[in-house]
Amino acid sequence: MNTVARDDYLERLIESWKKEISPARSIPYLDQLRANALGRVELLRLPTIRDEEWRFTDISSLRNTPFPRASAVASTDLDDQRVDAFLDETACKLVFIDGQYMPGLSNLATDDDSITVCSLSELTTGARAHIAEQYLGQLASFQENVFVALNTALMHEGVCIVVSADAAVKVPLHILYISSSKDVAAYPRCLLIAEMGARVTLVEEYVALHEGVSLTNAVMEVYVMDSASVNHVRVQHESQQAFHIANSFAQVAKAAHYDSLNLALGARISRFDERITLAGENAECEVDGLALIADRQLADTHTFIDHALPYGKSRQLHKCIVDGNAHGVFSGKIMVRPHAQLTDARQLNRSLLLSDKARMDTKPQLEIFADDVKCAHGATVGQLDKESLFYLQSRGLAEVAARNLLTYAFGGEIIDRVVVPSLKRRLEEYILARTRIG
Amino acid sequence: MIDANSKTLLEVHDLHATVGGIEILKGVNLTVRTGEIHAIMGLNGSGKSTFSKVLAGHPSYEITRGTVLFDGQDISALAPEERAQAGVFLAFQYPVEIPGVANNQFLRLAYNTVQGKRGKEELDPLEFDDFVREKMKLLKMSPDFLDRSVNEGFSGGEKKRNEILQMALLEPRLALLDETDSGLDIDALRIVANGVNQLANKDNALILVTHYQRLLDYIVPDYVHVMEAGRIIRTSGKELAQELETHGYDWIHASDRVAGAQS
Ligand SMILES: Nc1ncnc2c1ncn2[C@@H]1O[C@H](COP(=O)(O)OP(=O)(O)O)[C@@H](O)[C@H]1O
Ligand SMILES: [Mg+2]
Repeated sequence: MNTVARDDYLERLIESWKKEISPARSIPYLDQLRANALGRVELLRLPTIRDEEWRFTDISSLRNTPFPRASAVASTDLDDQRVDAFLDETACKLVFIDGQYMPGLSNLATDDDSITVCSLSELTTGARAHIAEQYLGQLASFQENVFVALNTALMHEGVCIVVSADAAVKVPLHILYISSSKDVAAYPRCLLIAEMGARVTLVEEYVALHEGVSLTNAVMEVYVMDSASVNHVRVQHESQQAFHIANSFAQVAKAAHYDSLNLALGARISRFDERITLAGENAECEVDGLALIADRQLADTHTFIDHALPYGKSRQLHKCIVDGNAHGVFSGKIMVRPHAQLTDARQLNRSLLLSDKARMDTKPQLEIFADDVKCAHGATVGQLDKESLFYLQSRGLAEVAARNLLTYAFGGEIIDRVVVPSLKRRLEEYILARTRIG
Repeated sequence: MIDANSKTLLEVHDLHATVGGIEILKGVNLTVRTGEIHAIMGLNGSGKSTFSKVLAGHPSYEITRGTVLFDGQDISALAPEERAQAGVFLAFQYPVEIPGVANNQFLRLAYNTVQGKRGKEELDPLEFDDFVREKMKLLKMSPDFLDRSVNEGFSGGEKKRNEILQMALLEPRLALLDETDSGLDIDALRIVANGVNQLANKDNALILVTHYQRLLDYIVPDYVHVMEAGRIIRTSGKELAQELETHGYDWIHASDRVAGAQS
């Protein structure tokens, strides 16, 4: 690899990567995948606001933060108690620190043998031997996406979760991504496979132990096989100074159901790209999102729901609560391919601006190539309703209390859809605390 | 009930108010004493709701002239919540729906806020639940309405009952009921009127805003005022309502002309 990257930020990253020793245990497929991705990185560049998909999100400040990828973290650096503080006891937990999967801190508190969890390089033997080859990187194409390419090239270990056919996993799986210190970059990678008829709930949570600048570049691939059901909750709660860039891919097979709920609470700049393909007949997805941002935060959500086959159904509700000088971005594309007759798609984006300086850019896009479909979409951007405020005040509530209650109620519609009760409670408290401004 | 010794609760003098720069109230005068029930009648668009909202402190309405004294204090500069805490209550003609806020959460928050400001005891969720259920019986309301979002999907009549429930909880000294009778069938009207009658006592006062006489068969006013074009143009006893019902609002002008011709 003697080519020189066209982008000096990427070039420095590649140089620092080349100085490192590659992971000790790996499998040829993984090494090859990394090498291919690295080769691709060299040909790509960071997006700018001149790129259509990044029009509203200026990430040029990323160039000022050429963090090293986190070096291997010893699991003793963080004691169990500190990690446990983020988790509910009952959950099966998988812990990543700065992008690195930590089997020692993880605990599958279940004797359920229908769940297999292992690092990707452990996928060498037995029936699982070909999982990496068959699934890893198949959805997360890095050809045109520099962040997916970087994640693929720079990932430490990825973790792979397989839920066996027809298994109904009762406890939610909880993946905790911890950013342990500032000035560090993390490239977490996860692959989830719900085999035919399996049912599972997965909570992904991103937290930080510091207040500083850090970078997360995460990639997630989810396969929902025939008639399986996956409920995927994602809570991004990074440091208020952090960059958080994530790409999530899901492929939903015949009669399968995928529920995705994404909460963007932290980070200075966050960008979440979600691509869901309804790849079988009667596949369904429910895609919800809430961005709650203030100060100078920017939260950008790009979703792409691809109806590829007939009888698919998608429901999407994305909300943004934007305060201070914050900036929300939502771009929601729904594609209905020529084949996807009798698709039923609905999308709604509602945004609440709490200050004069708050800004929201929203861009719904329907691309329909089938003729017998039901598709609806809408977007509203507004302030708190004056008549509702007056109503509450006329009942004795101070203006601030009235505003907070209405703001909370606006976000509550999404929080209500969180299926894990303990997480829902925690989020309710958080949102109450966050909306208790002034 | 008219009692010469009761004290003046509300004194409105030459009240002018605008909304969006347009003058709607053009010199309203009204005095209400404790223990009294007043009815303000008038055609649609005469300014009744505007008057109610101005008294409750709606921020879109600006007082341009005149005074509003509540219990001797000028309240025109007070925020809506301060007026509510002081004991002014408006039952809305069109109660607002608030999705995502559970009715019981809202009612308890309002109750405890007002109790706290009045230096009275607040209730925890369990105590409040018992308390509010008792009040709901007065209005024959199903407890199901506690778990639903505030007014969301309520029928017109259910919204009005929810308003009177709030009145029962907040125990105002002056309650303005804006078209509380509209949207109620006759049974619901009886129930609501009965509830209101039980809440009325010698220390508080009621202003009923309506353009039908119907409500006044159940809640009998001491005074009936007729509002027209932002002014109270006639004040009389309860018989005025009956005459308006029989002869229509034009009759006032006709009778004025007759009176004018005779003098
Ligand atoms: N927010 C407003 N903006 C403009 N005009 C208003 C507004 N509110 C009320 N008005 C006008 O004021 C007049 C009185 O209205 P309102 O007080 O609602 O009458 P009523 O309750 O007696 O039917 C009407 O002509 C109405 O159109
Ligand atoms: Mg009216």
